[in-house]
Amino acid sequence: MAKVLMKGNEAIAESGIRAGGLCYFCYPITPQSEVAEYLSRRMPEVGGAFLQGESEVAVSNMLYGAAGAGVRCWTTSSSPGISLMMEALSYIAAAELPCVIVNIVRAGPGLGGILPSQGDYRQAVKGGGHGDYRCLVYAPSSVQEAVDLMPLAFDRADRYRNPVLIIGDGMIGQMMEPVEFREQEFPSLPEKNWATDGCKGRKPNVVNSLYLNPVEEEQLNRKLGEKYARMERDEVMFEEFNTGKPYRALFVAYGTTARICKTAIKKLAEEGIDVALLRPITLFPFPSERLNELAEPAEFLLSVEMSMGQMLEDIRLATCCRKPVHFYGRQGGLVPSPEEVADEVKRLLGSAKGDR
Amino acid sequence: MQTIFKRPEALAVQPTHYCPGCTHGIAHRLIAEAIDELGLRERTVGIAPVGCSVLAFNYFNFDFQQASHGRAPAVATGIKRGRPDLVVFTYQGDGDLASIGMAEIIHAANRGEKFTVVFINNAIYGMTGGQMAPTTMPGQVTSTSPFGRKTDDVGFPIRMCELLSSLRTPAFIERVSLSSPKHIIRARKAILKAFRYQSEGRGFSFVECLSTCPTNWGVTPLKALEWLEEHMMPYYPVQNFKDFEPATPEGGKDAD
Repeated sequence: MAKVLMKGNEAIAESGIRAGGLCYFCYPITPQSEVAEYLSRRMPEVGGAFLQGESEVAVSNMLYGAAGAGVRCWTTSSSPGISLMMEALSYIAAAELPCVIVNIVRAGPGLGGILPSQGDYRQAVKGGGHGDYRCLVYAPSSVQEAVDLMPLAFDRADRYRNPVLIIGDGMIGQMMEPVEFREQEFPSLPEKNWATDGCKGRKPNVVNSLYLNPVEEEQLNRKLGEKYARMERDEVMFEEFNTGKPYRALFVAYGTTARICKTAIKKLAEEGIDVALLRPITLFPFPSERLNELAEPAEFLLSVEMSMGQMLEDIRLATCCRKPVHFYGRQGGLVPSPEEVADEVKRLLGSAKGDR
Repeated sequence: MQTIFKRPEALAVQPTHYCPGCTHGIAHRLIAEAIDELGLRERTVGIAPVGCSVLAFNYFNFDFQQASHGRAPAVATGIKRGRPDLVVFTYQGDGDLASIGMAEIIHAANRGEKFTVVFINNAIYGMTGGQMAPTTMPGQVTSTSPFGRKTDDVGFPIRMCELLSSLRTPAFIERVSLSSPKHIIRARKAILKAFRYQSEGRGFSFVECLSTCPTNWGVTPLKALEWLEEHMMPYYPVQNFKDFEPATPEGGKDAD
């Protein structure tokens, strides 16, 4: 199929449909409303279900219901809306229901701003809702990658019976890029014999997260824990840039800031300074193992984020602080420029020299 | 030998945890009878709320989902929109539906979501130990209104049927009582009609069941039934509020 120029939000919407996400619930919020607008037109064409709910609280519980009935379903929202979905997300994870939630992240906390941010990293990666659960989290850095990750997200949600988050900062949702909708093949999925879709010819199924017996609740926690461990073993995705030759520093960045780091790397190379990049594509599971290997030859690591430094904590944990881990970021909806990032590397290299 | 009374197939063979004199058991049975009578068991999904009936999924013999507090109408919406062929109902108490779940019930009703709601109004929070509900009667003593509900402080009880009847979309809204055989027969008919309308794709159907909570009201089961009729029924009139079907020549809307 030929490439078409599409706005990120609309490309995500189309990719969701092509991935079989034919049941979509939403509530308007900037900067992701184009997904809902696109699907309100497109869903009737493909015989799917589109519903604008009364709130994100309701929408996320609609996902619980539809997913529990075995329907491939999804929603999109932005940061304050995602916060409102955290209650249901915890229930969805506990009841082991598959669904996809796209967060086109805006600046926070509070009502914040409507410009791009990566301030929801911790909420996405560490849980966000109550209790002991995790989501599989993908972070695309281009519109094409967002398109490509949608079918994978649906597949993994079904395969693990777990909610999957796609974290795109406002840039991914709002910018236009050429995209291609590629067919992706996945091994066949297990039958949803747990779904509440009518008990004809079988015993009744129950979708539930209530376990008053502590032994049963512990069993659930352990079962979920094993599932998350399987994700950590099998689902890690990342991209390396400029790691094939010696480098002095290593960027760690995801989403839009990873692209900015790539440009900074090219600028620094012109000045004879070699820097590499590790770009996590999955934020959970985090590419800790590869990060450790790539950290080895570097003088220091630099986490570049559109936040006050959230992934920074995971980088330090993964490397056990064996290397200095620095942070550079912009907040409030401001996007760091490649020049700013390159200057920060030079400053740190300079001060590193000074230390000796 | 002719069977004249048996357990409905839609009820599980399972003793309930409900307190002596609680009317949940009656409501459960009426729902099960309606589902059996209409032959819907194998395509029905019930939604259990948070409250005393949180474990309702153990007491029915068909698929069930357990929803977070107040969100049952949103969960039901999700199921019904994704699988319109299924028969879906929520079973919700007054704290669940009229307090924390007010937004969800109003909007589901207003969209005309094609599911059924069985609303159990016993004027109190049961499971958490007898706190004041939005439906608690003026002057009624609860664990969080120890001097009686003061209407100048927290307002008058919410009448859900009346509130929802102000909406144009719902197909069927009726309030019934579970306080006596006469009322229970009417309740049975209302619940049957609500499920029948759903199976015919009519739209949103809502049955409020005035119920008792002897434990948290601090009275005997018998006294509780009397209290319901004396105190609740004058404030919560038992009647049909909305019916999709046109009036019958015999006796108006509520020909039964």
